[in-house]
Amino acid sequence: MDSAASDPAGTAPARARHLAATVKRSVKVLVVGPFGVGKTTLIQSVSEIPVLSTEESITTASVGVDRRTGEKSTTTVAMDFGRVTVGGDTALYLFGTPGQRRFWDLWSGLADGAVGVLVLVDTRNLADSFEVLDQLEDHTRLPLTVVVNEFPGAPRHSVEEVRTALDLPAGTPVVSGDVRGRPRAVQALTTLVAHALEQRARQAAAA
Amino acid sequence: MDTEGYRDHPVRSYVLTGGRSRPTRNTLRPETLLCTVDDGRELPSHAGRHQHTLLRTCRGTLALAEVAAYLRLPVSLVAVLASDLLDGGFLALRSTATHDLPDTELLEEVLDGLRSL
Ligand SMILES: Nc1nc2c(ncn2[C@@H]2O[C@H](COP(=O)(O)OP(=O)(O)O)[C@@H](O)[C@H]2O)c(=O)[nH]1
Ligand SMILES: [Mg+2]
Repeated sequence: MDSAASDPAGTAPARARHLAATVKRSVKVLVVGPFGVGKTTLIQSVSEIPVLSTEESITTASVGVDRRTGEKSTTTVAMDFGRVTVGGDTALYLFGTPGQRRFWDLWSGLADGAVGVLVLVDTRNLADSFEVLDQLEDHTRLPLTVVVNEFPGAPRHSVEEVRTALDLPAGTPVVSGDVRGRPRAVQALTTLVAHALEQRARQAAAA
Repeated sequence: MDTEGYRDHPVRSYVLTGGRSRPTRNTLRPETLLCTVDDGRELPSHAGRHQHTLLRTCRGTLALAEVAAYLRLPVSLVAVLASDLLDGGFLALRSTATHDLPDTELLEEVLDGLRSL
């Protein structure tokens, strides 16, 4: 389809993996957590396509100008993502992003309309997840599910210990396991979507 | 990923999009589904290389973020290019993009779909 000859500048895209013609709508979840926690791994475990990546440039105007020189510089932030078709007609996208809000704001509309957020944590560095959770609680009302990625040799904490250490909002599900396996990764998603439905039902009952 | 190529984006984006930095419509999100309209019409002669590549890439349905990844361009830039092509009728939205939350019925279908993966 995209031959190099028809695109001499060499910008021909990699062969696109199109959605089935039956797919007519899309939904998304965000996968957040500090660097190295397993976001890309989880996304790849679920995704029906190889994980894709895209970058956005960010100027220091949004991250703080160098006070000494007053200069702005441009840096880039990457987001990787995958997708899985569910029920034949719906594409579920998983967007992986570092938790800091200033990074998500780069991708306009990234959090808008999301089903919810999978928050990955590593029990060896629970404190690394504090900022991510603060951001989520302060800036969104999205349903959360915490996914404890069990690295070998990492201390095993009970769900209650993790809940207490992270000071999670009441009712936030916590699941744990090795996200390199598809069943675990899919289970994290089903837990999140079920939680989103429960939260919806509770809100409807309260209204 | 090739970050070198992104150095000059602020300027290039401005030129590529005819001086605008925002799409004319605000309904495009990274997961918005796009598909090329296959009615045999040719793009106007002033259309750029990236717009041609975008239409070729969207001969089947893809989300905006996927198009950006394949084109190796930022999502924000591809949103502007796609917005022009939508206005011109060369590209169509596959999904009705709204700013509403997914409704209960949709969530239930997603849950059923995930359970039968
Ligand atoms: N042993 C083990 N390694 C993992 C697991 N999840 C991720 N990793 C590894 O940890 C590293 C960082 O994971 P990655 O998904 O790239 O993290 P990201 O920065 O959050 O996207 C990679 O080398 C993965 O192979 C896991 O559950 N168990
Ligand atoms: Mg990653």
